[in-house]
Amino acid sequence: MRRQVPLIITFIAGTIMIIAYFIPREPFGGLRQRFSVWFLIIAAFALILGIGNLIKIHGKRISRQSAGWGYSVVLLVGLAAMSVLGIGWGIERSTPFHYLFWNMQIPLSATMFALLAFFVASASYRAFRIRSFEATLLLAAAVVVMLGRVPLGNLLWPRLPAVANWIMTFPNTAGQRAIMIGIALGVVSSSLRIILGIERTYLGGGQQ
Amino acid sequence: MTTLGVWIAALLTLCILSFLYKDNPFYKFAEHLFVGVSAGYVVALTYHNTLIPNLFVPLLKQGDYILIIPLILGIMMLLRLFPKVGWISRWPLAFIVGVTAGFWLITYLQSNGLVQIRETLRPFNSLGNIVIAIGVLTGLTYFFFSKEHKGVFGKTAKVGIWFLMVTFGASFGYTVMARISLLIGRMHFLLSDWLGLIK
Repeated sequence: MRRQVPLIITFIAGTIMIIAYFIPREPFGGLRQRFSVWFLIIAAFALILGIGNLIKIHGKRISRQSAGWGYSVVLLVGLAAMSVLGIGWGIERSTPFHYLFWNMQIPLSATMFALLAFFVASASYRAFRIRSFEATLLLAAAVVVMLGRVPLGNLLWPRLPAVANWIMTFPNTAGQRAIMIGIALGVVSSSLRIILGIERTYLGGGQQ
Repeated sequence: MTTLGVWIAALLTLCILSFLYKDNPFYKFAEHLFVGVSAGYVVALTYHNTLIPNLFVPLLKQGDYILIIPLILGIMMLLRLFPKVGWISRWPLAFIVGVTAGFWLITYLQSNGLVQIRETLRPFNSLGNIVIAIGVLTGLTYFFFSKEHKGVFGKTAKVGIWFLMVTFGASFGYTVMARISLLIGRMHFLLSDWLGLIK
């Protein structure tokens, strides 16, 4: 019961979504629309579940006063402030939510990702020390693409932007396409396994 | 941006950048604040952009009572927080997984599979088309692990690796440029908006 019902739900939901693509008439077309909206609603609750879990974990850290519990307070205050201000006063411009978004979240996220520039540089230095043909190819493509996109590249060699464009349009497209087709084949086979009930790991452990 | 806002943004920027020296309490403070604020941001956005237009307004104002089903499924999802009845959350999860599997099966097959194959099989009347066809075929050969990469098959897979390396290199180049661009943005903010040293 605890495992069979979910398997049946998955089969029905997945099959209807596939059939509705080929037969967009009623009832399948309408069901596809309905299921898409239901998906959004349930996914929103899944997000609430995630937030609930975050509160539970950090609430425990605070109540036990374990190492770094003060940071958990900061996290929960940030979470509460943004949620309450956003839900209570709206998310439009000139709201308190927008003020926090503009002065906290944007600088924090931009700096966090900017920080990665340093780590990418050091990681690439280590990676490029492996003197193989493949590593050289990777480095050469990266350098040409980077220089080809900035004025310095044009200054060094006027044809460099054209070479960068050629790499982006042809060898890069070929590689991307191979990856995309590989992903498509993987998604199709995984989806079929899930819909047919062969893949059941999403149900979690336990026999019941 | 008000003066207080600029100061808050500048101090938080410095807190994050302090990690370049080493892990420290200022960085940890900013890191935890970032997680909390981002989570709160998603909550508010989901409430306004998903729950209000798709659930509350149709259910309470337009009388679309069939939406009680996803509402109940959503509440069942929250039972995951209580271990004794956590198994009930498998039902809404099964629905989400089923819809996603059915939707992605078609979408990926269409956009990532068939369209890409069609665009690859172009007439061999230019060097570019030939390069793309060779790159895609050899790249796919590399991804085929059911056969040992030896002999002609292995050499073809090797050419596929070269194409993939160029792709990774190009992606890497773009990533570095994006990160450097963000760093320049933050430095400009600190030197211009905060300190007023440059205009």
